[in-house]
Amino acid sequence: MIDILFSFLKAFLVGGAICTLAQLLINKTKLTSGKILVYFLLAGLILQAFGLYEKLVDFAGAGATVPISGFGYLLAEGAIIGAKSGIFGAITGGLASASAGVTSAITFGYVFALIFKTHSKT
Amino acid sequence: MTGKNAENTNKNYLDYVSEISPKTNELKTLLHAFWVGGFICFIGQAVRFLFIYVFGLYGDVLAGATSMVMIFLGSFLTGLGVYDKIGKYAGGGSIVPITGFANSVVSPAMEFKSEGYIYGLASKMFVIAGPIIVFGVIGSVCVGLIYYVKGLFI
Amino acid sequence: MMKNAYKTLIFENSPSIIETYSIVGKKEGEGSLGKYFNLVLSDDRFGETTYEKAECKMLSTAVKRVINSANLKETDVDLFVAGDLLNQIISASFTARDFEIPYLGLYNACATIVESIIVSSMAISGKFISNAVVGAVSHFSTAERQYRYPLELGSVRPPQAQWTVTGAGAYVLSEKIEGFPSITSATVGKVVDFGVTDVNNMGAAMAPSCASTLVRHLKGTNTFPDEYDVILTGDLGLLGSKIFRKLCRDEGFEVELYHVDAGSIIYDSDGTQDQGGSGAGCGTVTFASYLYPLLRQKKIKKALFLATGALLSTISSGQGESIPGITHCICVENL
Repeated sequence: MIDILFSFLKAFLVGGAICTLAQLLINKTKLTSGKILVYFLLAGLILQAFGLYEKLVDFAGAGATVPISGFGYLLAEGAIIGAKSGIFGAITGGLASASAGVTSAITFGYVFALIFKTHSKT
Repeated sequence: MTGKNAENTNKNYLDYVSEISPKTNELKTLLHAFWVGGFICFIGQAVRFLFIYVFGLYGDVLAGATSMVMIFLGSFLTGLGVYDKIGKYAGGGSIVPITGFANSVVSPAMEFKSEGYIYGLASKMFVIAGPIIVFGVIGSVCVGLIYYVKGLFI
Repeated sequence: MMKNAYKTLIFENSPSIIETYSIVGKKEGEGSLGKYFNLVLSDDRFGETTYEKAECKMLSTAVKRVINSANLKETDVDLFVAGDLLNQIISASFTARDFEIPYLGLYNACATIVESIIVSSMAISGKFISNAVVGAVSHFSTAERQYRYPLELGSVRPPQAQWTVTGAGAYVLSEKIEGFPSITSATVGKVVDFGVTDVNNMGAAMAPSCASTLVRHLKGTNTFPDEYDVILTGDLGLLGSKIFRKLCRDEGFEVELYHVDAGSIIYDSDGTQDQGGSGAGCGTVTFASYLYPLLRQKKIKKALFLATGALLSTISSGQGESIPGITHCICVENL
């Protein structure tokens, strides 16, 4: 039980810290949200290329996988595993392991955009 | 006084502008980003536990299922017109989580729906999030190839 | 008409502004000028399926109603001059589609309204035409999509940003009629660029052009700020206004006491709109419903209206270009 509570705390703290880092970048550099997402994705990807990000995932669970850097981690991880089975796996492995995210983004994106209309903002 | 032949005036002016421009309240934005970002990951962790202990998932399937649920939530809140409000409050706290990725897919799709379901909705869907897929795929191919070549020699 | 070194236009047959009409969105209706506008929409889609159609309908309705309340018929209007912020100024052109009136479409971003007034005034003063309708419109939701991000994107609004006004205004200009405020002089602005590249900081991009045009107008008419009851600027916002006043002071003109900025007053400054309003509709509706009635009721005698525009596009800013500013000025007075 204590373990589970601890996992929640770790997820909250690590996830919050990653987001705070992003906010710091926004404040300092005026980067737009699209660029922030790309940089964090690449950061996760490169860290995993050196085998580092998985340590963070082991420690923080969703705190490390929910931020977009976790998506980068997934891509790198898939490519690394794929590379073991040959060059075809090396090339396709990344997107294969990230396919859940991409597929659901496209599917939910299309469906919700069909259903909902933009709202007036104030 | 065009941009080209008055470099000095320009510099003094730009210095003056940045001097009197309002500053972002740094601490406040960081705090907002921290607790909202943390909270979204907290929900992610709850979803993760749900899949582990109730459905017995693990590994890739677990990671995939969790991100699917988070993307669903992000898309749904965007559709309801709530996510942009969270974004104004939380900044990086709601941009960086995968729900923010979903938001950046759904929001242009909704916006451009008025130009049709193919060239509007579908083609503008990745106007903001497209680079994430592009760099993600290119990055993963690079990593894969490096590991493949490494594997040949070890 | 005479020429002078500052290229200020002095109208001998000064045209009169005989009627104005304004339509604004809900948010503007709730702002500090809310009670003055002719029509406040409760739904900023205005019953249409898209915001672009709504924007067009707003301008079209304003034009229709201003012609009516000026007791004119469509056939009495010789020229319709208008513009908006959308690509290829579709709102103004599609509005013109609804009327049998010769049309000139203009674009100077948020300075379009005064540009339109100047063009019409020249035509009236030159006795080419008798009546003209001028108009301008902007809509938050269409501008946001074209210039920034989708409405539902959870992006951060920097504190120097302004909020595009949802508003349309139309005025009827006629050959001089006694008892109505007249446009006695005008200064066409020069494009001024001090190298501001921050697309969120329109105020800073436009302030130098505003100061430049004001100084030219004052020198060209040999007047001083204290001769005017009000100097109304279009949409400099709070930050831009501060910069504008400083630039005027540097040129030896103290405008603080007379200067009112439409962008700074259109919303209550409760901090949620950061620097205030902007957009082609901002100055247009403020002049129509706030300043013009004061002139009509002879509560004030002489006023300047400077509409400020930022001449950027998403392509130019994407390519790293700085933001050129333009400001046109007219002097409206009770003779």
